[in-house]
Amino acid sequence: MQLKTEEIDDIVLIEIEEERMDAHNSGTFKEQMLALFDEGKCKLIIDLSAVRFVDSSGLGALVSGFKNASAREGSLKLCGLQPQVRSMFELTRLHRVFEIFASVDEAQESF
Amino acid sequence: MAEKVEVDIIIPNQTRYLGLIGRIGEDLVHSLGRYSGDREVLAYHLNLVLTEAITNAICHANENDPNKQIRIQISATDETLNVKVFDEGDGFDLAELMTTDMHDTDECGRGIHIIRRLMDQVNYRRSDKHNVLEMVKKLH
Repeated sequence: MQLKTEEIDDIVLIEIEEERMDAHNSGTFKEQMLALFDEGKCKLIIDLSAVRFVDSSGLGALVSGFKNASAREGSLKLCGLQPQVRSMFELTRLHRVFEIFASVDEAQESF
Repeated sequence: MAEKVEVDIIIPNQTRYLGLIGRIGEDLVHSLGRYSGDREVLAYHLNLVLTEAITNAICHANENDPNKQIRIQISATDETLNVKVFDEGDGFDLAELMTTDMHDTDECGRGIHIIRRLMDQVNYRRSDKHNVLEMVKKLH
């Protein structure tokens, strides 16, 4: 999956540079997050502002990252959700699982 | 006379086609002559239902076999939206999938629940050559 990553102190900001997150690219995304966890980086902010569409595979990849970060006493936070993407979290009740912020700055301040 | 829009597409058993079929679904909704609801929402939901159903067919029913195919039929009238996704696999037990409890942090299993939430009728028929997941949504 096309990503842009930036390290801000011990936080890794991941911008998803894809319009769609689905079964075609979410497996790779899971592996990309696992590589970060292997490097000991477990505080992640995922910026979804470029994502227009997410399916259950994309949500599953985010849940995988969330669980891996939590298991390492870190966290995975989300920001920049477009309305239709936000509605997917509500449809699947995952908005109760993730910390969701309007902007990168707000997510960063919450650590 | 009632308007009817139909498409019938066969794709290889590969996830790279998900975005293409999703876009066709969205375009189909925008081409409907009469629809009084929120067209953007319906287009997104059709994209999502197609994506979930085809992913299920590719990865689970057809078990990622590159020699298999998926057939997709979409038919829309003023009254209903009908989506059929055919696979060539051994089939699966839809009732069992639908009754499986989801936990908040499960990574898999949300697809069929999403389809069930967005569509009014969902059936899966198994036969010797093809199985078909049929999903119907009332538009009024």
